[in-house]
This record gives sequence, C-alpha cells and structure tokens, in this order.
Amino acid sequence: MDKNISFTLKVWRQNGPTAKGHFDTFEMKDIPGDTSFLEMLDILNEQLIEARQEPFVFDHDCREGICGMCSLYINGHPHGPATGATTCQLYMRRFKDGDVITVEPWRSAAFPVIKDCMVDRGAFDKIIQAGGYTTVRTGQPQDANAILIPKEDADEAMDCATCIGCGACVAACKNGSAMLFVSSKVSQLALLPQGRPEAAKRAKAMVMTMEELGFGNCTNTRACEAECPKNESIANIARLNREFISAKLAD
Amino acid sequence: MYEEITDVNPGELANEINGVKYYNPMMIYPAIHYTMGGIWVDYELMTSIKGLFAIGECNFSDHGANRLGASALMQGLADGYFVLPYTIQNYLADQAIWPRLSTDLPEFAEAEKGVQDEIDRLMGIQGQRSVDSIHKELGHIMWEHVGMGRTAEGLREGIKKMKELRKEFDTNLFIPGSKEGLNVELDKAIHLRDFIIMGELEAYDALSRNESCGGHFREEYQTEEGEAKRDDENFFYVGCWKYQGNDTTEPELIKEPLEYEAIKVQTRNYKQ
Repeated sequence: MDKNISFTLKVWRQNGPTAKGHFDTFEMKDIPGDTSFLEMLDILNEQLIEARQEPFVFDHDCREGICGMCSLYINGHPHGPATGATTCQLYMRRFKDGDVITVEPWRSAAFPVIKDCMVDRGAFDKIIQAGGYTTVRTGQPQDANAILIPKEDADEAMDCATCIGCGACVAACKNGSAMLFVSSKVSQLALLPQGRPEAAKRAKAMVMTMEELGFGNCTNTRACEAECPKNESIANIARLNREFISAKLAD
Repeated sequence: MYEEITDVNPGELANEINGVKYYNPMMIYPAIHYTMGGIWVDYELMTSIKGLFAIGECNFSDHGANRLGASALMQGLADGYFVLPYTIQNYLADQAIWPRLSTDLPEFAEAEKGVQDEIDRLMGIQGQRSVDSIHKELGHIMWEHVGMGRTAEGLREGIKKMKELRKEFDTNLFIPGSKEGLNVELDKAIHLRDFIIMGELEAYDALSRNESCGGHFREEYQTEEGEAKRDDENFFYVGCWKYQGNDTTEPELIKEPLEYEAIKVQTRNYKQ
C-alpha cells in the first residue's frame, strides 16, 4: 500500500495574459500516493472552495493521457518528473514526504496565460488549419485496399500521429520552438501516400504559420524529445526539414 | 503505463508457492464510458430545432440501446464524411433567400437575457456545496440506481434522490469568484445542471422499458439462465423523450417504431 505524503505546493496564480502573477503556497496534508496529480489539485480546490476562495485554474479533460489538454510545468519539467506520461498520468507516489512541488504554466510567448496555469494553445490549432490535414473530396469512397502501404510505414506514421498536441515540446524548449509538434504533424501525413500530393504545400504553410505565431527556432537541444509525453523523436524534425527544403527548392 | 498508474507491474512474478508461479494480474473493472442514445435527429441529422444539426456520437441515429467497440468514433466519421455533405445543403438551400439576422431583434435580446438571468441565478445561490461535491453525489446515484444492472424499485429511488439533489443544487450551491471573465466553477455548474436533467431522463427511460435490452439489464427481466430477456412485443420502438419547457415536469414519451426490411431481428447470444 502507498503511504500518505505531506508536502508544500507552490502554484502560479495570474489573473490574465498581461496581469502580474505570483506564487501561492499551500501545505498539503496526508495525500495518498495513488492520487493522480490532477486529483491532488482537485483536493486543493475543494479545500479552497470550502474556505470560500477562488480555486486554482488548470487545464484538464480526459484524464486518460489521450486528449492533450493537461499541461503544467512541475518542478521544472513539462508534465512533471515521469517520462512518457502526461500530467494526468503522474501519481503522487513519485514525490516524497516533505517535498516542495512547484507548479507553473507552459512558458512561451505563443501560449498566453488565460488564468493561473491555463494557457491559450490556440496557436497549435492555427498551425493545423494551415495544412495539417489531407483534402478529402466527398463522394464515392475508394476501396480500402486500393493503395497498399508497407507495415513499417504505417507504424512510423502512427508513431508520429500519437502526438497529442499538448505543447510540452514548446514549454521545454529554451527557444519556445514548436518544431517537434509541427514535424510530427507533417510526418504523420508525409509518410503515407495519401499525404504526398499536398506534402510540399503543407510543409511550407505549417512552417510559415509557426514562424508568424511567435514560436522560436530549433537548435537541436533535444529537450523536447526528452519531455514529450508521447516520446516523439526529433527524427521527425529532420524529416520536416527535408520536406521543407525540397519544397522550397522546387519553387 | 499500468505500472505508472498503479505501482504494480503486471506479468511480473509476484509469488511462488510449491513450485507454482503467481504473476501480478492486471486488475480491470467495468465502468461507465458512454451514454447510450442521444439527441433526436431526423434522417437529415437535423434536431427538433430547425437548422440545428447534431452529428457524431451525440445523436441517437446509429446506436440505440447498445454502442459497442469503436462505433462512437465511426459514427463521427460516417456522419461527417458521408451523411451531412448530402443533407445539410437541403436546409441551407432554403436559407439563401433570408437576409442576415441582426442581433438587435427581440428574439436575440430575449435569448441573451435568459442566459444572463440563469448565470445570475447560479452565482446568487451562495450556499455551502461545491459543484464537484454535488457532481460526485450525482455520479454515486447514477452508479447505484441507474447502472448496468437496474430494477424498477432502484430507478424510482434514483429519480427521488436526483430530485432532492436538484433542490440541493438550486438552494445550496456555492460558486466562488465573479461572473466576469473566466470562472471554471460557473462553467462546471452550468454543465452539472444539464447532467442532473440527463440523469433523470435516463432513469425515466429505463423505468418505462420493462425488458432487458442492449447494454442495459433490468434485473426483473432475465431468463432462467440469467441472460437478458427482451420483450419485442411491447418495446419494439425507440423511446424519444420530449422536453416540456421546464425541468420539473416529466418529459413526454414518443414511440418511434422500429422497422426492419432486410434483416431478421434476433437475440444476440454469446454462448454459441
């Protein structure tokens, strides 16, 4: 059985994108080790509401590690100390009794704070809208086996597609670069024949939108790869660069 | 990931007694994932509100008492790719003659006031209970009385408890903060109000159906072997529930008969 732990929680409070923020400190008592990090924050909020104070605001949705909504920069790591896991999949047994746990929002100029640790990740939607799809004209669908795809290609595309667009790569990067996200979304389509017809257009449009939105450049520090909850590889970034350069040379 | 969540590595040797190896099992438990049924739509996927279409798993069209495997995702794809592109234009074509509606119209002002009044009402309750504590209580009522196995007696009890819970919500809810700007508690409260209505609706529907059908098991209606017992003679219809304009009047049941032409209706049997 897990032991209960008590610890000091420092959470970032900020009322809006331009407001001045500060840390609030709370003493959390007897939290069971099999409490998820988000459940622990629920407990905190329940206590705050009981004391008739405003709860701490953070993003969350499915709590199954598949939606990409939860974020939080915990003790200097996006999604906390666990590797290959989102914040909702982080459990309190990872921490020790008496620890000080610091919780901050995603840090990037392109992700403005809405409130506390909830940030606006609409920039990712804009990048997807710029080309992260294949144009499907409706009508008679073609036979499922008309285009044969090698298993290795399908697997590699699927690995890229596991990116949930949470933004941990941006938060981890000293340049605030979104290259791991963009390259995964370009790769998942570039690796499949259905994605090839629009590949050049897609790579150019998504990179251009990324730059317009204020994300930084990639300097290959690999911090994104180390922090990605879905273990996306920076090989995707190399693929994006190849796609982008060959598209530019063809112009 | 299972190890990350539970601190137990499934498949790892746990114990060895008299040469018999025992490995850590992966513990699973049935839990409610989906709500069966959904918003009533016509064959064009339009709801009873003209011009409002509901596509994907929120509507009732492709699943009724049962929803297995990935059918929820497939319904989103099927409705979006193959149905809506052929149906929504039938509605839009008729709209081409209408001018753009202004937000100065009295209907807009009335709708806006309705929402504003409801927000003011919720913020003004200033009771003692948090949104989450009432939400959790609703979950327990649903699990206990409107779960996978249910009885008429349990359902009646569930409806009674939900009515009491709604009273609690209306009189003892506490939402901190202000209605200006982002207020996640207010957001949750508005959802929770709908969840209570939805829970009651599910209980009414389950109570009206004296048979075990699809994913639902009415414990009074089972075969001698404990299998689900359907009653096609009396319940061969889709139960549609019509809102009566307020949350306290029971909804009205409208029966839509099921008509099959190409297939023969059978009872599913997992035993063979």
